[in-house]
Amino acid sequence: MVTQTPTRPPGNADPRASGPRLAWIVLRNGWRSLTSMRTALVLLFLLAVAALPGALLPQRSLNQTLVDSYFTQYPTIAPILDKLDFFDVFASPWFAAIYLLLMISLVGCVLPRAWEHLKGVRARPVAVPTNLGRLPHHAGFTLDMDVDEAATRIRTRLKGWRRTETGTSAVTFSAEKGYLREAGNLVFHLSLIGLLLGFAAGKLYGYEGQVIVQAGGGQFCNTGILGYDSFRAGLRVDGTNLVPFCVKVDTFDATYLPNGQASSFDATIGYQSEADLDAGATAWQPFPLAVNNPLRLDGDRVYLQGHGYAPRFTVTFPDGQQRTGQTQWNPVDPTTLLSQGATKFARPGVTDEAQRKATGLAITGLLAPTSSGGTVVTSVFPELRDPEVAIDVLRGDLGLDDGRGQSIFEVDQSKIDSGALKRVERVNLVPGRSTTLDDGTIVRFDGVAPWVNLQVSHDPGQDYVLVFAVLLLLGLFTSLTIRRRRFWARLTPLTGDDGVKRTVVEIGGLARTDRAGYGEEFDRLQADLRQNDRES
Amino acid sequence: MLTELALYSDRLYMAAAGVYVLAMVLHGIEYAAERAAKPVLVAAGEGDLLNAPEPEPAKPRGERSGRMAVSLVALGAGLQFVSIVLRGFAAQRWPLGNMYEFVSAFTLAAVVTWLVMLRRTPTMRPVGLFVLFPVIVLLFLGGTVLYAPAAPVMPALQSYWLVIHVTTITVSSGLLLVPGVASLLFLLRRSGRLPEFAEKLPSADVLDRLAYRVTIIGFPLYTFAVIAGAIWAEAAWGRFWGWDPKETIAFVAWVVYAAYLHARATAGWRAERAAWINVLGLAVMIFNLFFINMVVAGLHSYAGLPG
Repeated sequence: MVTQTPTRPPGNADPRASGPRLAWIVLRNGWRSLTSMRTALVLLFLLAVAALPGALLPQRSLNQTLVDSYFTQYPTIAPILDKLDFFDVFASPWFAAIYLLLMISLVGCVLPRAWEHLKGVRARPVAVPTNLGRLPHHAGFTLDMDVDEAATRIRTRLKGWRRTETGTSAVTFSAEKGYLREAGNLVFHLSLIGLLLGFAAGKLYGYEGQVIVQAGGGQFCNTGILGYDSFRAGLRVDGTNLVPFCVKVDTFDATYLPNGQASSFDATIGYQSEADLDAGATAWQPFPLAVNNPLRLDGDRVYLQGHGYAPRFTVTFPDGQQRTGQTQWNPVDPTTLLSQGATKFARPGVTDEAQRKATGLAITGLLAPTSSGGTVVTSVFPELRDPEVAIDVLRGDLGLDDGRGQSIFEVDQSKIDSGALKRVERVNLVPGRSTTLDDGTIVRFDGVAPWVNLQVSHDPGQDYVLVFAVLLLLGLFTSLTIRRRRFWARLTPLTGDDGVKRTVVEIGGLARTDRAGYGEEFDRLQADLRQNDRES
Repeated sequence: MLTELALYSDRLYMAAAGVYVLAMVLHGIEYAAERAAKPVLVAAGEGDLLNAPEPEPAKPRGERSGRMAVSLVALGAGLQFVSIVLRGFAAQRWPLGNMYEFVSAFTLAAVVTWLVMLRRTPTMRPVGLFVLFPVIVLLFLGGTVLYAPAAPVMPALQSYWLVIHVTTITVSSGLLLVPGVASLLFLLRRSGRLPEFAEKLPSADVLDRLAYRVTIIGFPLYTFAVIAGAIWAEAAWGRFWGWDPKETIAFVAWVVYAAYLHARATAGWRAERAAWINVLGLAVMIFNLFFINMVVAGLHSYAGLPG
């Protein structure tokens, strides 16, 4: 094992400690133990262990449904886990406490080291040890040349090393190399802090919103939270200062392999950026939106995240008025895109509240993009090849006037339970076919259009995170590949019996860092210095 | 034509596994034939121990089997490489699209790492037995439980980042398998248990250096791979980091390896404790490979497994 020659100065502990001095010592020792490597190790372990439940337990930030089903599955333990923030691990105070302590420990450890390093870079390499033979790497040999020549040879070979020379009774060399290792180490650790700050900035000032837009001309404008189906705001985002831009979805195409696996999703969209809107432009700039190819506007990105189908129904009321409805249905089976939903109609021209409540119409049920046929409709393929709907038509009070929000994919179940909403028809329809209700209302299934789920993301911190990640990597690479090593040589003149001037060379080497292997390099150094030919 | 290529690829995969099994048997013979080397006295500070002369020549029979084993491992690696290349042609994409392909490339990376390290330090040869064991187990699982036919991948995976991220993740995981094994053997050697068995291993110091040297290459590469994954996630999923289960465990593994490097620089932690941390790191990597993909639902569920 490589051992370092103890060169540490004796401890400067003061035995006469009292009063404020004692407090200072307590503080100093506390700080020292927080910034010690051992504490850093313990904190690293805690961080690793604390992150584990984030992967093993369902997390609210990822999937609320899974959290809910965990609650029903483990009704006793789930509330306790919830109190301890186990379903929001990465937003929990204890997780934050660990990484903040780790960062403080890191700063306390790294900054003094940076200072030491600066001093070390300026300092002269350590003087030659008396006994080079005690170093882990050492050798001795005699060269057929005088000391000056030997010294020149060593000087040439040690190009690129920081070195000093003395020449009193014998010429000695002290050389050191690999200062970049410590610099890399510092860059790595400081980048970690930068990365964390960038990450935090994203959590504070970023947002993420999802919205469903129907293909074939559906539009969305980023003007406020209300335009979104769901919106996750950063802690300092209130939704008032969103960057305005608009997108229009023209087409959406999905292709599938014979086994139903998707092979491509492509949407052609048009967009108007903030500058376009300010300039009053009416034209849409085209963009091919696809998975892995988001639209990047100034600070905001638009992603194609999902798709589904929206059936179109036309209802002809007995008085001859027509209404067409096209609402997105929810793909409940991701492999066949069997979809479920509710398309709701209010009878036109009815102003009387009681009448309105009696004449609401809802079409609910299943949509199969490629129907199996038969009486029970199921979907056999996700592509829109042979669509069919299996629907219930409900009439009565839809509860749209109650002032409560309701899902666009369902009707209000309580209205069915209370009898305010009644089923008046159950039928399977293919495009173009219609059914006539008991009161003469005709419901026609016109066809199906795809919709896309767009995600708008805004993260002002991510560019900084990338910069710091790259710096971190460079620092890590430097600090692990460069070896800090020292080399010493002592040249003693020797005049033999034959009168030829020779030089006795003693060399020694010491790696100052972990066992990354200095031996091979030292051997090469030795071989080069020993070469018989005069100059190489 | 393509299905034939896929078939050849599968056969070569099986052939490689078979060759590895044979190599492991030969390593086993070598191991059994070798006399437990007497503890070699090396004066403290006697140069780089990795380059120390071979302690004691094994019996000719053991020596011969050992050499043959190494040749077979090299042959197996060649077969496996061709298998992976043919797979790529058969599927007409980068051959890292499901867990079967991942396991194949991962084990190949481990085997190649081992061969490179062995070339630098031939005295480590008995360790081959213990590197081959997990490789063969993984290849068996890959060929049976995880097998998926050559096919295109889903749209989210159709990106050049697949080539960058998954290749580096695979290679770095394969690299880190070797230090994990070396640290385990190091712990066995240091514990003094099973002396008959453990004394045939290279010295604790050689094992420790093997572990450290490979880790300091594997860890930066792994870091790069995680960063590349984050860049890809930003383009594919809308955020560069979202604590998806796979990301979380990748983070845990990263922290564990960081702890290993810190332990190497901490008094009292350098030897056994650091080795335990390294073994833990490998355990977390393997957990991330299997458990997270197959049991926990997340965005990284690309196993290509039925159901």
